[in-house]
Amino acid sequence: MTSATLEVGTVVAERTVHLTRESLVRYAGASGDFNPIHYRDDVAERVGLPGVLAHGMLTMGLAVETIVEWLGDAGRIVDYGVRFTRPVVVDAEDGADLFVSAKVGALDDEAARIDLTVTFGDTTVLGKAQVRVRHQS
Amino acid sequence: MSVNPELVGRVFPPTASYLVGREKVREFARAVFADAPQHLDPAAAQALGYRDVVAPPTFAMVVQDLTMQQLLAVEDSGIALERTVHAEQRFHYSRPIVAGDELTAQLSITGIRPFGAGAMVTSEAEITDADGAHVVTATSVLLIGGEVS
Repeated sequence: MTSATLEVGTVVAERTVHLTRESLVRYAGASGDFNPIHYRDDVAERVGLPGVLAHGMLTMGLAVETIVEWLGDAGRIVDYGVRFTRPVVVDAEDGADLFVSAKVGALDDEAARIDLTVTFGDTTVLGKAQVRVRHQS
Repeated sequence: MSVNPELVGRVFPPTASYLVGREKVREFARAVFADAPQHLDPAAAQALGYRDVVAPPTFAMVVQDLTMQQLLAVEDSGIALERTVHAEQRFHYSRPIVAGDELTAQLSITGIRPFGAGAMVTSEAEITDADGAHVVTATSVLLIGGEVS
């Protein structure tokens, strides 16, 4: 899709990602974030969390990747920011499903703003998740 | 101990350089469910004009984390990892990170404001390549909880 055909409100990409405890351990190793609240139930419980949580940065990372195939090149991304508003509890047996939807939020001459919505069950887990992407040259 | 307000304006020394490896990029890509060929296949990345595989956008966190270690190592910071919640994160890119890059990061503490019994700490890590050219600025807002007495 070229930028000429973009319209505010258009959904450009969607996907569901199934997270398991293995996903969290994999992200811990890849990122270097070994905070035990992301893989130990006893520690999560001791610090008063509802359970083992996904890394916020894992949610942020998988959310933006939803649009990379549509973009054709992740190098078009000039800015990406999020607020971490709700935790994602990853059950030891059932894991957690995250649904990501990416929609055109605004357009100007140089770039589009893509708004990402990430939902876990009925809750939205990222706030103001916005990606600014350069138009294709 | 609460967050030391004198940290505002503090600029840390640049980190030791971090060499971005192709297999590290692939490992990180798998971990964030990034299956676009440019992250995994050098030929696909080269077809887009890059020297080697392109790191997913949030890979910058791996380099930014080196600066977070500097912050946590400050003795009188009043910042303890177990009372820290990541509230906001932002990346502003001049270009994507590519395997083969040698990156350094320099941390600045740009803001501290009271928040409940604790504080919101804003920091910026400016990540540059071996030529000193800007690659990405990573901005974090950390919520540091007050000590539970």
